[in-house]
Amino acid sequence: MSESGSITRDEVVHLARLARLALDPDEVDRFGPQLDVILHAVSRIQELDTADVPPTSHALPLTNVTRSDEVRAGLTQEQALSGAPAAEDGRFRVPRILGEDA
Amino acid sequence: MTDLTRLTAADTAAALTSGDVSAAEVTEAHLARIRAVDGAVHAFLHVDAEGAVDAARRIDARRAAGEDLGPLAGVPIAVKDVIATEGMPTTCGSRILEGWVPPYDATVTRRLKDAGLVVLGKTNMDEFAMGSSTEHSAFGPTHNPWDLERIPGGSGGGSAAAVAAFEAPLAVGTDTGGSIRQPAAVTGTVGAKPTYGGVSRYGLVALASSLDQAGPCARTVLDAALLHAVIAGHDPLDSTSVDAPVADVVAAARQADVAGVRVGVVKQLGGEGYQPGVEQRFREAVSILEELGASVVEVDCPAFDYALPAYYLILPSECSSNLARFDAMRYGLRAGDDGGGSAEDVMAVSRDAGFGPEAKRRIMLGTYALSSGYYDAYYGQAQKVRTLIVRDFAAAFERADVLVSPTAPTTAFRIGERIDDPLAMYLADLCTIPSNLAGNASMSVPVGVAPEDGLPVGLQVIAPPMADDRLYRVGAALEGALADRWGHLLIDQAPELPTTGGAQ
Repeated sequence: MSESGSITRDEVVHLARLARLALDPDEVDRFGPQLDVILHAVSRIQELDTADVPPTSHALPLTNVTRSDEVRAGLTQEQALSGAPAAEDGRFRVPRILGEDA
Repeated sequence: MTDLTRLTAADTAAALTSGDVSAAEVTEAHLARIRAVDGAVHAFLHVDAEGAVDAARRIDARRAAGEDLGPLAGVPIAVKDVIATEGMPTTCGSRILEGWVPPYDATVTRRLKDAGLVVLGKTNMDEFAMGSSTEHSAFGPTHNPWDLERIPGGSGGGSAAAVAAFEAPLAVGTDTGGSIRQPAAVTGTVGAKPTYGGVSRYGLVALASSLDQAGPCARTVLDAALLHAVIAGHDPLDSTSVDAPVADVVAAARQADVAGVRVGVVKQLGGEGYQPGVEQRFREAVSILEELGASVVEVDCPAFDYALPAYYLILPSECSSNLARFDAMRYGLRAGDDGGGSAEDVMAVSRDAGFGPEAKRRIMLGTYALSSGYYDAYYGQAQKVRTLIVRDFAAAFERADVLVSPTAPTTAFRIGERIDDPLAMYLADLCTIPSNLAGNASMSVPVGVAPEDGLPVGLQVIAPPMADDRLYRVGAALEGALADRWGHLLIDQAPELPTTGGAQ
């Protein structure tokens, strides 16, 4: 990719592919400049000297939270499939997972 | 006869306890109000009239049988459509979840039901809680009850508008960057973001897991406290839930006393870009706190100037990861499954068809910020800025018990005004974002209308993590002093709504 805070049309296409978004060409044209403006704006954080600053990934200093391993009822098969776009024989029916050549 | 929709939740609860009214009557009154005004306001995406009346009748029967019920039993409530409700659609304002009915309740929903609250329906929101206006809802915007041409804030504009329009005395919202507080500010209502981990996120559809927090929306500080007490507390089903007692927020709201409280005015949250009437009402409110016995100091939080850009890297990064679950396989929209394409093709077509423009922008931005070669400069750097913001708060809370600022830089803007300018939209969350990044507690209380446009202004109170009670103490003191001056609550001066009939 190019210099920080600048995004090309090819990069938008690449990002959309990584994010599994089948954008149409109009969307690519529209989002490109918008993403560019946003990236320029957020790049401001690079002004700050943070060499000695540790990152914060989470507001709470919680580690290794566990709960006791007790058996409890989960969803039934019917409940689990209730929102499925397609189901067959008590299972989720999905499009083929492997490519034509596999 | 009293209009039951005008009562506070606390007064409704008292009337229910004394037997003056039944939960069924209260629920019917609110359903009638929704039918009358929601065509104009569009706060609701789904109204469960039958279910609500049934639930209310069950509460009445239990009360008649002498059962000891919770303090809010029989009080109606609206729930933001990002919170799972068993048997009731949960769409997050997105086409990708249109018609999805969760097979389980979120912990928040479960606690509402266990406490006997009556769920009226689900409220409108920006898609997956991304936005500050509800204009990013796939099902059309919500309109501000103060001026139907204006936005009710976002993402929880539906919850705030439902409460402001007297369609419900209470609502649950969620706040990732201000989605409870900014809508409260622009609708003249009260909204609180509890300490991160204070309310369970189990069953809350995740936007940014390290920032999301559910909380109460109400017309008074005490009502918000009563709801806060119902939904807060440790939940083993959420590993980020805090395993510690919840501060007594109801007692704090009743105490409503700021004598001796040290109030810090955040230097960075004001000045250029802030509407004059917002700053005027804010300064007046700070003076009132001083008159009530608080001491006021200015606090310096230089890293706050970088909170907005840091947030718009952290949030999209977490969102691009969280929204990857919408893959068209087990639930949600599936498009383009004509037998020819692979699962990956179907996934990409479905996601393009199901997500709106703001969701797509943020997913791609997050994908960029997390990508190899850019991670350190963007996501990594944003996490370090987050540390600086946490440090600024820690230093400020050594000098002050609570911090205050305007909740939003402006009053409600016009629908359509910022929809094509994402950066202008993002500015609406300028003052609220730091609290999400630090995970502390924060509230918006109404402090009047801006002289130039007659629209509500909110004051934000921020308290250290787990000191949520301070929000209620300060918020209630301010609310009480202002109500004494005006002779009523701010919301009571909202204009009458056209009763054109609802779409429901």
